[in-house]
Amino acid sequence: MTAGSPAVRFVDRLLASGFDFFAGVPCSLVKTVLAELERRRLYLGEVREDAALGVAAGAYLAGRMPAVVMQNSGLGVSLNALGSLHLLYRIPCLLLVTWRGFEGKDAPEHLVMGERMPRLLTLFGIPHRTLAATGIEGDVEWAAVRLKETRRPVALTVPPGLFE
Amino acid sequence: MTLGEALAVIAPLVPEGTVSIHANGYIGRAGCAARDRDESFYMIGSMGLASSIGLGVALAQPRRRVLVLDGDGNVLMNLGALATIAAAAPPNFLHVCFDNGAHASTGAQPTVSDRVRLDEVARAAGYRSVSRVESREALLAEARTFLAGEGPAFLLVRVALGPAGPPAPRIPHTPEEMTARMRRALGAAR
Repeated sequence: MTAGSPAVRFVDRLLASGFDFFAGVPCSLVKTVLAELERRRLYLGEVREDAALGVAAGAYLAGRMPAVVMQNSGLGVSLNALGSLHLLYRIPCLLLVTWRGFEGKDAPEHLVMGERMPRLLTLFGIPHRTLAATGIEGDVEWAAVRLKETRRPVALTVPPGLFE
Repeated sequence: MTLGEALAVIAPLVPEGTVSIHANGYIGRAGCAARDRDESFYMIGSMGLASSIGLGVALAQPRRRVLVLDGDGNVLMNLGALATIAAAAPPNFLHVCFDNGAHASTGAQPTVSDRVRLDEVARAAGYRSVSRVESREALLAEARTFLAGEGPAFLLVRVALGPAGPPAPRIPHTPEEMTARMRRALGAAR
């Protein structure tokens, strides 16, 4: 096991699995992860989640293996980019989606998306797993292998408490 | 000057090796008809995102020049991208906006670009250089300088709406083929 905080180990794992381009819109559930990406100067903060997906698509065209960080509220914003860019053009991207509204316990604005997020990902044909404190390494590697094989987006959802 | 006439001026002047990212709608169709290269990418959906895709290529390959061929409707849909591009300030990023003041491919519904000058928005966002041309002669005079210049640079090309109907056939390549040929051209593995 690598030394350091969960966020540091997670970023190490992402890099070890080949991810080398990071963009996104922040969420408090991954603030330590974003701080670590920023510290390593690996992260482009974007204005909207679909713009982040656009930048990630460009990076993939240029040979990078991208990941986009977003809150699940941004998944709604992302659907047209996922449908008419990534899935249509076979452009893979790791989606790191925080799970606000997890188990129905959150501020009201997160409850509708929180309840539907896994089904929404499934509906769009995006394979997904929910990260847990044990097994993160395997889940990241699963996503990396799946991305390369299918050339489609894959999502890892991040429940509260994991990186806080 | 129509969109087709403007692209007929710019396309032959684009240096070999430059990546061209075309916005959706008529811009990609006219751009493909004017000059098609392996380094040309035609977005057929994801309206607004051509500038973001171009930024991703420019950041990932800083030695390669990237030309985004955008429209007023697309720029307005992803206006925040102008801020991200200006802040990231990639010197290899060139941004053309063909401004006909309308969503031409959906029936010419007007945009607000007749009242909101998108070149001034790009200037305010902080693009290194911004220019605007309104005639074919002015575009001929400006295009070489723009294509050879340092980015992020924004060139607004005012074009007339029309003629009615599509300017060229649909893109002949499948989306998947476009991804594969661009990655080959940029030296990426499958």
